[in-house]
Amino acid sequence: MKYLNDALVMKRMGSRLKSNRIWKAIFIIATSFALLSLAVLLFRIFSQGLGYLNLDFLTNFASRIPEKAGIKAALVGSLWLMAIVAPVSIILGVSTAIYLEEYAKKNKLNDFIRMNISNLAGVPSIVFGLLGLTVFVRLMDLGKSILAAGFTMSLLILPVIIVAAQEAIRAVPNEQREASYGMGATKWQTIVRVVLPAAIPGILTGSILALSRAIGETAPLVVIGIPVILQFLPTGVFDSFTALPMQIFDWAKRPQEEFQFVAAAGIIVLMTVLVFMNSIAVFIRNKFQKRY
Amino acid sequence: MSQSVQSMIAASRKKKSKKIVEKLVPIALFLAAAVSVLTTFGIVFTLIFETVEFFTRISITDYLFGTEWLPFSGKEPLYGVLPLILGTFKVTFIAILVAVPFGLGAAIYLSEYASDRTRRIVKPVLEVLAGVPTIVYGFFALTFVTPVLQQIIPSLKIFNALSPGIVVGIMILPMIASMSEDAMSSVPNSIREGALGLGSTKFEVAIKIVLPAALSGIVASVVLAVSRAVGETMIVSLAGGSTPTFDFGFTGSIQTMTAYIVQVTTGDAGYGTTIYYSIYAVGFTLFIFTLAMNLLAQYISKRFREEY
Repeated sequence: MKYLNDALVMKRMGSRLKSNRIWKAIFIIATSFALLSLAVLLFRIFSQGLGYLNLDFLTNFASRIPEKAGIKAALVGSLWLMAIVAPVSIILGVSTAIYLEEYAKKNKLNDFIRMNISNLAGVPSIVFGLLGLTVFVRLMDLGKSILAAGFTMSLLILPVIIVAAQEAIRAVPNEQREASYGMGATKWQTIVRVVLPAAIPGILTGSILALSRAIGETAPLVVIGIPVILQFLPTGVFDSFTALPMQIFDWAKRPQEEFQFVAAAGIIVLMTVLVFMNSIAVFIRNKFQKRY
Repeated sequence: MSQSVQSMIAASRKKKSKKIVEKLVPIALFLAAAVSVLTTFGIVFTLIFETVEFFTRISITDYLFGTEWLPFSGKEPLYGVLPLILGTFKVTFIAILVAVPFGLGAAIYLSEYASDRTRRIVKPVLEVLAGVPTIVYGFFALTFVTPVLQQIIPSLKIFNALSPGIVVGIMILPMIASMSEDAMSSVPNSIREGALGLGSTKFEVAIKIVLPAALSGIVASVVLAVSRAVGETMIVSLAGGSTPTFDFGFTGSIQTMTAYIVQVTTGDAGYGTTIYYSIYAVGFTLFIFTLAMNLLAQYISKRFREEY
């Protein structure tokens, strides 16, 4: 009953099976490298920063003395920034997505808009900073204000939100639209009452992820030239402000070693905000997303 | 009954407000869509406008072919962009050297070897790695990777090309891994099973069957990753230094295009000075590079895609 000559098979297959095992190990090592990098990065930042992280750190303003340095102005500034970026980018992004998915006919103009969005997503963030510096800070004379930085950041994450919203809208099955039309609803009624409610979990998830990118983005803020050592909180959108990544950048650049620990503590605060935002996004995705 | 329904429809048709809304909404939405187009025009015109102003002061050949970038030397500032481009390429080169083997290895493991359970754990972790802000990576490069490397290579300066290169590589690794994995996962299983049935090992299937079939997606992911590495700012500003040099060493301080823009905007070069206009010229150069890369990636994934 033996059809295979094991010795002969092993003579041919042995080396190939061995190389299969070796390469599998290499691929596992490659995957572990990424996981290990993340572990080392997190461990380093927590071991450096935890000692400086306390209530005073959250409630103090920036200071020349490392022990007294705090992140209050930056934390509040980042929240102000989000108060501009969230409405501006979500309203523009979702409107664009609705236009492209529900209204846009297949013609050259709309093809151009689509191609333009995918290219805009690849423009480096520092170039958006140059745009913000020229158009918002100088041309519109907004200065280094929350509004100028907020508009710049909104444009930066706009392509991400558009793409996420487009996918969410596309996932709503056509039967639902047709049922709505069949009941006599107009196109806009169908969009507002049928398509958007079904697409909103996807839109929200994508938007929160895009906003969490905006909160960690530094380069455009540097180019706009927002200040770092502020001893007051902004009271309106035309005030100057500072933001979390900007403050961390300033601390990390300082030569004194103590400020590295302060920077690490700042990074922990930033990462906590990011984890919080991402958890909300994951929660919305798991809880409300419908599968058709 | 039917009478009343018809009268309701007729009444609803007469409502003017509804008609106006139906006409106005598409226009409003189109205007929103136009913002993204305006952004592109804004970027292009801003860069061209200010760059032209720069070239009225500095000759374009000096800029493109000059090998010395000394904008801050008071008497005779030199604006030769090649050292900045070389600095950018050094960092990108190391980043690719790190990210392509590890990223591809991870992609092959996840798509060909890993169980569903492993994949469900590893992929979110890669997403976390991709979501870490670049300022955090920059801090990591400066305070951890550089000191560790200095233990191995004693001649390594505090600011160098090697450390930010490696960290930029770690930053773009998840991008290559997840995009390549997507490309490989979309190769149909029937092809894999055919090869396995003929006696191939999993490794042979991965290298000889899946990799060639997914090549366009993989190459596109690498090109996009290169574009990200070229435009990366905070890691190179913190760990790369600010001395643009025109040599091919990796241990000394460098300056990339992005780091120069950061150096000028954090300094006190006034509006209207030649230095001020130079950041737009450098930004324009950077924009051209990344745009070319992005278009190339789109072309590759469209032109060479295998359809199943």
